[in-house]
Amino acid sequence: MKLKKKISVIDQHDKFGFWGGKFGGNFVPETLKKPINDLELLFNKLKKDKKFLNERDNYFKNWVGAPTRFIKLSNLTEHVGGAEIWSKVVSDANGGAHKIYNATVHCLLAKKSGKRIICGDTGAGYAGKMLSMAAKKFGLKCKIFMGAKDIKRQQPNVKAIKSNGAEIVPVYSGSQTLVDAVSECMRFWVANCDTTAMCVGSTVGPNIFVKICGWSTSQISRELKIQILDEFGKIPRRLKLYNCVGGGSSSFGFWNEFMDYDKKQVEFIGVEAGGPSKSKKHAAPLTYGSKIGILHGAAQYVNQNLEGQIEETESISAGLDYPGVSPLHCFLKDSKRARYTAASDEDALKAFKIVTKYESIRPSLEPSHAFSVAISESKKLSKDTIVIVNSCGDAQKDRKILKKKLGIKL
Amino acid sequence: MNSISKAFSLAKKEGRPALLTYTVAGDNSKKNSLKILKSISKYADICELGFPHNTPIADGGQIQTSSYRAIKNGTKIQDVFKIVKDFKSSKFSKPVILMGYFNIILQYGQNKFLNDCKKNKIDGLIIVDLPWPENKKFASKCRKKAICFVQLISPTTSKRRLNSIVKDSHNMIYYISMLSTTGGKLKVSPKKIIYNYKKIKRINPRKNCVIGFGITEKTISSLKSADGLVVGSVICKEITSSLNKRQNPVTKVSNMVKKLKNKIL
Ligand SMILES: Cc1ncc(COP(=O)(O)O)c(C=O)c1O
Repeated sequence: MKLKKKISVIDQHDKFGFWGGKFGGNFVPETLKKPINDLELLFNKLKKDKKFLNERDNYFKNWVGAPTRFIKLSNLTEHVGGAEIWSKVVSDANGGAHKIYNATVHCLLAKKSGKRIICGDTGAGYAGKMLSMAAKKFGLKCKIFMGAKDIKRQQPNVKAIKSNGAEIVPVYSGSQTLVDAVSECMRFWVANCDTTAMCVGSTVGPNIFVKICGWSTSQISRELKIQILDEFGKIPRRLKLYNCVGGGSSSFGFWNEFMDYDKKQVEFIGVEAGGPSKSKKHAAPLTYGSKIGILHGAAQYVNQNLEGQIEETESISAGLDYPGVSPLHCFLKDSKRARYTAASDEDALKAFKIVTKYESIRPSLEPSHAFSVAISESKKLSKDTIVIVNSCGDAQKDRKILKKKLGIKL
Repeated sequence: MNSISKAFSLAKKEGRPALLTYTVAGDNSKKNSLKILKSISKYADICELGFPHNTPIADGGQIQTSSYRAIKNGTKIQDVFKIVKDFKSSKFSKPVILMGYFNIILQYGQNKFLNDCKKNKIDGLIIVDLPWPENKKFASKCRKKAICFVQLISPTTSKRRLNSIVKDSHNMIYYISMLSTTGGKLKVSPKKIIYNYKKIKRINPRKNCVIGFGITEKTISSLKSADGLVVGSVICKEITSSLNKRQNPVTKVSNMVKKLKNKIL
């Protein structure tokens, strides 16, 4: 399996929507064929339309807040005593996480298609919060599907969704987390696709949703590349980009502009959620070699049993608590462009403590997974290596968990 | 003529649509689901049997509940085959169409799955998340084994797709009556549904076309002019409610199917 150069990865699929001949596709009920096809036509047209690109850039700049900061973590670097550690503080973005990019683009597309309602899934609550913000901004009615377990553990974002006037639909089936929320959202779309647009909250789902999301979050690496050139005058000889991977939207967006560099120069490290260290359950299908299966309309590495039933996951971070992973990341893994590993709940908590002790940023539990691996690997790296961690979410939403687990009051 | 076509022509001779039932294999237990099949086959013409999946993206609450119940009971794909095998060797057996999601087949192995279908006398397959044209390869594998691959058509299916799908279809087509998951309330008028149904029939009148989704005791007679009618969610719901009321699901479901049949005679 090989990546092509000079073609955007999101466009490197075959006519059935498969990356690398086997990841992605459109395993959807017949009813969704038409709305998906409509969305494909619309997106393929608009992504080449200068006026639309300007509109997007304007919203990103003036409403989302571009660029987000790129800062050196000097104290942490000194404490760790290896590579230079930097962070792209994507949590600066309006709403506090990268989910705003995808949400904004989906609402723009919904407007263009004449839809008046938009529905979406959420785990950590950020995808839901951002969709509710963007829907409000663009005058769309908004419906958010969220697992009952996540509603309990991510209250600050639940409150934000409600205050933006969106309806939250609690999902009680299965494990009552993100996987069930996405299923329920897709079911709702099956029944309402004539009037309602759907936003999938990560680079997962049927092919077109993977593409739209990856295209939207790529704003992160577009900004970063300029910031790196400003800071260093060139792309450093040894650059390592660490990002947590749930569905994979922030990591894909963080890496996209650097795809064509040799991995010896620009390495991508994806960090999945290993779950509690004492538990066998995890949300790390790439790290632990899960088999290819179909989840939410796409073929991907996914946690499942021998029969093909999707397995329950466990992670302290609701945003990473998903049994599957983007087809794009399956492709990056098998083409060996990116490397994947996992951090446990305990690792993430420890990293959160260290980062907040030495620095003024406050990564949520998801990016804390990435910090954990970045910190431990940085120790062994040369001083001229530049390590950058995407701090893609703010910890405010994790207040309750952090208080309980670490006694820290935010 | 194969068994599915025979079932349709028999119903036609009696001047009524074929009655197709949907139950989930292993619901509410492996034993009872076989008993249910045996007892409803006196009234049903074709039995659809779901192989359960725990992430069903096109099923509403009732069928989800049945599927979760079956999985919880330990129903594996081997059990599904066993239930069909036992049903097929019983006195009033009827054609069986297995229905489910593609991942289960993918993990089992496509060829092995079809071989086992053949071995256990399964007559047809409905794969909810394998639409046309993605299903071309698998559908042709089915054809080689004389297993009917049932193509689905929905109100959103474009005219061009419709023509191609009908052309590639085997001897049964499934028309989804409305935009809905299974178990939704019929939100389209029967007249409109029959109008769309006739559009499919006009392309090729020889293909048996059934209508499903939203069919209950209340709505079934209004769609009588179709080749066949599928009733699923209300049956699953009946199993759930009989369990809640500590009644026997086998007799409850059997009575319900009998009533459904009387409505279309
Ligand atoms: C802050 C944050 N980071 C990461 C994720 C994981 O998603 P993804 O891998 O798509 O970026 C989420 C998802 O909710 C999130 O809220």
